Amino acid sequence: MEERILEVKDLHVSFHTYAGEVKAVRGVNFHVKRGEAVAIVGESGCGKSVTAQTLMKLIPMPPGEIKKGEILFNGVNLVNKSNKEMESIRGKDIGMIFQDPMTSLNPTLTIGNQIMEGLIKHQNMSRSDARNRAIELLTLVGIPQPEKRVDQYPHEFSGGMRQRAMIAIALACSPQLLIADEPTTALDVTIQAQILDLMKELQKKMNTSIILITHDLGVVAEMCDRVIVMYAGKVIETGTVDDIFYNPQHPYTKGLLRSVPRLDLNRDEPLTPIFGTPPDLLRPPVGCGFTARCESAMRVCQEYDPELNDISSTQRAACWLQHPLAQNRAGS
Amino acid sequence: MQLTKEHFEPISVDLRQAESIKRPSLSFWADVWRRLKMNKVAMASLVFILILVACASLIPILSSNDYFTTDLAGKNKKPSAEHWFGTDDLGRDVFVRVWYGARISLEVGFAAAFIDLIIGVIWGGLAGFYGGKVDEIMMRIADILYAIPYLLVVILLMVVLEPGVGTIIIALTITGWIGMARIVRGQILQLKAQEFVLAARSLGADNNRLIFKHLIPNALGPIIVTLSLTVPSAIFAESFLSFIGLGVSAPVASWGTMSNEGLSAMKYYPWRLMFPALFISITMLAFNLLGDGLRDAVDPRLRK
Amino acid sequence: MIRYLGKRIIFMILSLFLIVTATFFIMKAVPGGPFTSEKNVPDEIKAALEAKYKLNLPLHEQYLDYLKGVITWDLGPSFVEKSSTVNDMISRGFPVSAHLGAQALLLAIFGGITLGVVAALKHNKWQDYSAMLIAVLGLSVPGFILASFYQYFFAIKWGIFPIAKWEGFEYTVLPSLALAAMPIAFIARLTRSNMLEVLGQDYIKTAKAKGLNTVTITVKHAIRNALLPVITYLGPLLANILTGAFVIERIFGIPGLGREFVISITNRDYTVIMGTTVFYAIILVVGILLVDIAYTLVDPRIKLSDAGRE
Repeated sequence: MEERILEVKDLHVSFHTYAGEVKAVRGVNFHVKRGEAVAIVGESGCGKSVTAQTLMKLIPMPPGEIKKGEILFNGVNLVNKSNKEMESIRGKDIGMIFQDPMTSLNPTLTIGNQIMEGLIKHQNMSRSDARNRAIELLTLVGIPQPEKRVDQYPHEFSGGMRQRAMIAIALACSPQLLIADEPTTALDVTIQAQILDLMKELQKKMNTSIILITHDLGVVAEMCDRVIVMYAGKVIETGTVDDIFYNPQHPYTKGLLRSVPRLDLNRDEPLTPIFGTPPDLLRPPVGCGFTARCESAMRVCQEYDPELNDISSTQRAACWLQHPLAQNRAGS
Repeated sequence: MQLTKEHFEPISVDLRQAESIKRPSLSFWADVWRRLKMNKVAMASLVFILILVACASLIPILSSNDYFTTDLAGKNKKPSAEHWFGTDDLGRDVFVRVWYGARISLEVGFAAAFIDLIIGVIWGGLAGFYGGKVDEIMMRIADILYAIPYLLVVILLMVVLEPGVGTIIIALTITGWIGMARIVRGQILQLKAQEFVLAARSLGADNNRLIFKHLIPNALGPIIVTLSLTVPSAIFAESFLSFIGLGVSAPVASWGTMSNEGLSAMKYYPWRLMFPALFISITMLAFNLLGDGLRDAVDPRLRK
Repeated sequence: MIRYLGKRIIFMILSLFLIVTATFFIMKAVPGGPFTSEKNVPDEIKAALEAKYKLNLPLHEQYLDYLKGVITWDLGPSFVEKSSTVNDMISRGFPVSAHLGAQALLLAIFGGITLGVVAALKHNKWQDYSAMLIAVLGLSVPGFILASFYQYFFAIKWGIFPIAKWEGFEYTVLPSLALAAMPIAFIARLTRSNMLEVLGQDYIKTAKAKGLNTVTITVKHAIRNALLPVITYLGPLLANILTGAFVIERIFGIPGLGREFVISITNRDYTVIMGTTVFYAIILVVGILLVDIAYTLVDPRIKLSDAGRE
């Protein structure tokens, strides 16, 4: 089961704006194994969505640019692929679900039509076969009366139903990897759970790998095997769900966990916010991006950026507190 | 990289400072002005318009020629040192006449835009603010008037009214304000539904304060953009009317009448058509470009 | 659907009624009778003339008479051209105007959409800048100036096209180009900004994520949605072309209704002015209604049953 379906190495992505170069992703490394669900968490603007969209090369270029790095999908580097070559991968091998189901569906095409497009393109299906498959998919994602619904327009669907339809579109060609960019953020809480259950169920059924982008730690615990925590365009900690929830190492991860309510902790314990705002990625800091907001900041944090170090066989963190000299201080 | 023990001294981080805003904040209008200044085309248009206004006010006064003196011996002369843009079929100086025409065009343009603004903001503001039945009735009236083609109304009015600049302005504004009223109403309706209005109301702001402090200032961007595009359309309408013989009457010179007179002699005396035509076109171009620049500056999301 | 149509048609008839009424009373408000300019007419002839044009009747009877005329499509005789009626003039001039107008309309729609789409797809490249330069020039140079400019270069200087008259296809080229210039510019700008907005929509990203190629995305997802708002512009476009034709027909000496209208204005031929105005108003109001119906049919989001004006 050690097969890595996706491996991202030292990925740098920048956007050229009128104010200058925004370094949105600054050297990201991670991997996804077959059949695994990985979460990328972090606050708004930490680069998680940019990373996700870069995987499929969906960021607009220009102004976006992949400055450096590799995206190895089944061992093939996607960074060098032409747009034409990417077209045969998108939708077929990698599917994507977006945040807002209200705007992610074309309002003037029927739902069925939008599901069929990918099937006709990638699996050379005839229109009638594709239509039957679309009805099957709608059934699979739990939409009642699919024969009728397939000919309806997005505005005739509720928010949750639209997200189900989005999932049907993304899974139409049974992709090996599904990227879900905040798939439940725009939905009601009750609907959120349904959509997550659906994704989990389909993941098992189709043995798809999932990358789940979210800022909602509850969703992470529900769905995922491993967690990648991003901050200011970098990965600052990775580990299994248990590692991250019960043994967080980076002060930012700890802060994130302290700022959400949990049932397993003493209910008298107050929620603590993380003070401050993330750094301006137009002028990224020299040292660790979290220094200005970190309670345990040290001189070294301002000068040098820490690298990811192994904490255990499953967990890694990028923090100077892991350095032996810092450990000594804490000990003495 | 040599790390020493000193590197691992804790530093105190002022967490409150982490909340500080890193970029200077600009007021909305300062920001609009900053963006407009960066738009070279819009700034060039603005400068051109200012020069046009200055010349139109000064040249007819300062020039040794005037717009009405005829000189049949010196008719249809080519541009020369004495008559920079030549003379027309009655020997009148085209240069002065063109600048005199600029006066009329600018007067009509600015006056029509100003009157449209006043009526449109009041009408649209009231309809949008009170909503319901009031809105329904006011906008139905506007809709019916709007269904009548603009230039047709203007032409009809010009047929019956005494020709002159004042008449043109009245004719242009009689249905011209509707566009502005619709924009203002739409803005107000949209703004009214936003939370800050509810917040102001819950803090005890009365209607006057709501309208003048909260709604109008926030709707100002689209109002200004509409206003800046009303000017060229009024200038166009004036020249159109004068061209079909419904505008100002002789000997007053308007760009439209001059083009009309120049048209028949185009083959032999092209300058008589060329100069007024050039002036109308460049002036409209400047106003349109400035309007585009303003739109981009007011709402950068619309920048295309 | 039927209720909506009924409502719209009643509204349309109301507008037309108002236009006819307003036109009538405005024309009657002209200081002096229509024959005051004919100074040497003896009183008895004048009386006979006034009787012929029913000017001796009280105003409200004249008004009712006129309304009846409009409904039965009899717009009365011309004051100036004594031998023809307004109906004659319309049936003489309108086919020519309609031909010119249709040609300009098609040119404006296809030219404008092409320019706009190209500009949006090549956003911030030279194609975009040149398309938008053409568009802003089209908006800024009035039709009558463009027309004389064409005449000067294409007819007088280079002799490519005939300078005036209406005798075959080559005679229609310059007037159509002049008449279509402003609408082309307007449609191009509208299409471009709609295209750019649509291209930035999430569903375009969804389409890309499906692996569709650029052509499919552009045609099926972007252009389709971008052109919907352009349909609503077709009403004002019609008005633009009708009024634009007044001067274009005059400059090119085309025997259309627009030129008749301008001549009737110069001659103060009140029945013709009145009749043509009413005729134009009917075309426009019906045209706008058709455009609205077309829009509701094309856009699945709008259901006719509850389509208000909101």
